[in-house]
Amino acid sequence: MSIAATIEAKLRRAFAPVRLDIVDESHRHAGHAGARPEGETHFRVEIVAAVFAGLSRVARQRAVYEALAEELAGPVHALSLSASAPGERDPAATA
Amino acid sequence: MTTASPVVERIRQDVAGNDVVLYMKGTPVFPQCGFSAAVVQVLTELGVKFKGIDVLTDPSLRQGIKDFSNWPTVPQLYVKGEFVGGSDIVREMHASGELREMLQTRGIAANTA
Repeated sequence: MSIAATIEAKLRRAFAPVRLDIVDESHRHAGHAGARPEGETHFRVEIVAAVFAGLSRVARQRAVYEALAEELAGPVHALSLSASAPGERDPAATA
Repeated sequence: MTTASPVVERIRQDVAGNDVVLYMKGTPVFPQCGFSAAVVQVLTELGVKFKGIDVLTDPSLRQGIKDFSNWPTVPQLYVKGEFVGGSDIVREMHASGELREMLQTRGIAANTA
């Protein structure tokens, strides 16, 4: 299973998201520290899940980091993350 | 995670002794990582005075700051001793105006819009 697929499976299991986008941005970091020639080192994740309602930004990201602890300790060098609850203004939409 | 090691004690003092502290890769003038550079840019835009601490100069600090905050990545921004977040959170809070508001309510000078 690719790392992206593993991330997706773990996040779906942990948060039952209503929206989940995982983008491999490794090509934008080719040659940087932590980059591997085969890619799958830098990801952008946008996740919308009901369980995030009422949690602070820090708490949301901590929950995601925890679900992906194995990947972050291993092959994944950087994870850019947007975690929101359904109905919240999507920060990525205006970025 | 563990009992207070010298590096954690040093972090505690830096975070307590400075209003705004950014743990980053590289220095504010020469960031070594795009995520660190993004936070420096936000703070510069807001005209906030901050202390930048380069974790690349010391492997024990690089690990220690992650243990201190229970947060697995760098950069990390602290305001008045409180962990605010990493680059995603700082950028989101800047885009929404929350970061300026938070700085002002804590009595830290920031440029007005």
